[in-house]
Amino acid sequence: MAKVDEPITPAEEEVAQTEIAARQAELAVPAELTAGSVGEYFRSGIARVKAGESGVLPVVAGLILISILFQSLDSKFLTAGNLVNLLVQAAVFSLLAMGEVFVLVLGEIDLSVGYVAAIGAVTMADLAGPAHDWPWWSAITAALLICAGIGLLQGSIITIVGLPSFVVTLAGLLFWQGVLLKILGNGGTIPINDAQINDIASANLSPLAGWIVMLVLVALFGAMLWRRDSKRRKAGLVAPPPTITLLKIGGALVGGIALVLLCNTDRGIIVPIQGVPYVVLLVVGVLVLWTILLGRTRLGRYFYAIGGNAEAARRAGVNLIKIRTIAFLLCSLTAGIAGIVYASRLRSISTSIDGGTLVLYAVAAAVIGGTSLFGGRGKAIHGVLGGIVIAAIDNGMGLMGFTAASKYMVTALVLLAAVTIDALSRRGRVAT
Amino acid sequence: MTSSGNGAEPLLRLKGVSKNFGPVQALTDVDLEVRSGEVTALIGDNGAGKSVLIKTISGIHAPERGEILWEGRPVKIRTPREAAALGIETVYQDLALCNNLDIVQNMFLGRERENAFFLDEESMEKAAQETLASLAVTTVRSIRQPVASLSGGQRQSVAIAKAVLWDTKLVIMDEPTAALGVAQTRMVLDLTRRLVEQGHAALIVSHNMNDVFEVADRIIVLYLGRVVALRPAKELDRQIAVDLMTTGASDRINEHQAQQGEGD
Repeated sequence: MAKVDEPITPAEEEVAQTEIAARQAELAVPAELTAGSVGEYFRSGIARVKAGESGVLPVVAGLILISILFQSLDSKFLTAGNLVNLLVQAAVFSLLAMGEVFVLVLGEIDLSVGYVAAIGAVTMADLAGPAHDWPWWSAITAALLICAGIGLLQGSIITIVGLPSFVVTLAGLLFWQGVLLKILGNGGTIPINDAQINDIASANLSPLAGWIVMLVLVALFGAMLWRRDSKRRKAGLVAPPPTITLLKIGGALVGGIALVLLCNTDRGIIVPIQGVPYVVLLVVGVLVLWTILLGRTRLGRYFYAIGGNAEAARRAGVNLIKIRTIAFLLCSLTAGIAGIVYASRLRSISTSIDGGTLVLYAVAAAVIGGTSLFGGRGKAIHGVLGGIVIAAIDNGMGLMGFTAASKYMVTALVLLAAVTIDALSRRGRVAT
Repeated sequence: MTSSGNGAEPLLRLKGVSKNFGPVQALTDVDLEVRSGEVTALIGDNGAGKSVLIKTISGIHAPERGEILWEGRPVKIRTPREAAALGIETVYQDLALCNNLDIVQNMFLGRERENAFFLDEESMEKAAQETLASLAVTTVRSIRQPVASLSGGQRQSVAIAKAVLWDTKLVIMDEPTAALGVAQTRMVLDLTRRLVEQGHAALIVSHNMNDVFEVADRIIVLYLGRVVALRPAKELDRQIAVDLMTTGASDRINEHQAQQGEGD
């Protein structure tokens, strides 16, 4: 009855393997889940960065580097006026990139977002224009619904027919560009005269309103964070020490104060202009919404699960067709928001919109921000930060008088660097 | 061909189950039973129908003929969902875990707990912690670490713990130790024993005779889609098992039993 000859010392192997696993675990676990003290928290954070689990650190470091570089070359870069302008410029990239994050997390891609945004913009401009004269909010709602519908259509073709998203959305890129040309005519333009729509990208909250909104948002964030951490502590689960929780809330407050101070500085040349632009609030709103959806809901969990191991998700009972289609829908919906901001900034929509470049910037922004092209990893904040990097390069080089040619080349190098970081950190993780 | 049995109704019983894919007869008149509190091993050569059999039990394939009795009642298991509803969970060979998700997220994948709109992380984390503790899976540092950072044995343990987290009565394991080292295999076999001591039933598919004879209470041998033996493990030895797997019969089986009888 074959009790088999146990070969060599299993105990030794066990010890060795446990040690390796423990070391890997140390690096893999987010600091707030294991650290008992503030010092430990920071040490564990540093260990994670060294192991390639750097999160948004590279993009934040990159932003600081870009800022120092441009400021040293042109002292106008870090003025309040230019920085607020930069945030407004970044809005379209950030929104498109946040949409792209949904499909990138699945390991898919959507190349149509640029022209889907254009379709959203032209729908809104047309409906709010003299031909139909819809109120601004219904024109915007209709535009967003149409974009969501486009996402649903493309997503269904990809998931139900089982075609590669690359090809289907490439067809989308061409098709919606064609539709746009058809609607606008060759070289056509639809101007927007609706004050509310134009205010999205050009009007500001009053300075006082800016303060109030910021304080309310930070208070909500702080309350949620505090409640979660104290609930974990009470339930006997590993939770960060209260000092860390307070430091995080404090950090959010400092960031909020800095942003509002920056925006409330008078940046007008002839007439005073001050206050937080509505579009910044819009981007923050979308960021909060998509962050909660990705991180705190079942739907978001399934996006990551499919991106990580679609077969495992399927076996766990996840409806792959439904969840994937929803991701394409959310992507196109977010693109629609970007299109509205785009049209609002230009106060018109014309055939000069370059949806091809926009989509490449959107994917680049998401990847620069830290979202993986290989699927399974990505956050809404990545899109926002990556969008700001791209806008900063554009803005800073523009200040220095560089042409589009140089801007493209520099943006390409930054993208290449970001993808390299992604691939290297992925290799590091796989090796463990 | 049937086991001596202990009188009680088996948890799962298959009667005359047949399955073919076109002209290929994958299973022919399979009769077998699986009991709670026991590890039943399913062995057979490549192509003997082991995979088809466990897929039939776990709701992936529907049998053409025959009857499946669950706790004495005839049931139809048409989808993995229906299998899960009965209390049948399958741990697959290729580890159906998501590397980018942590242990808790993997264990609750597809069955997340929610309060209103949001995931109830605290409740899931506590339940996962308790399950892992009850199975004495203690080597993981934090249940919030991504499974990508776990060793093979730890990953297999998580996959098994995931299966018993639900109100599971039967855990089916497809080659649970195939890719593991010695110590890791030990870990998984110990875990399997603890599982049945808690009253679950375990059905293990394995190629590894060492593992089978170490962990199994009862052994089912499949040969070309037929059950050629279903016996308590102590009535067989490795040579007999290999004979049965490769030729469908063994001359030594009665001899062995006689020896065992004399020994008793």
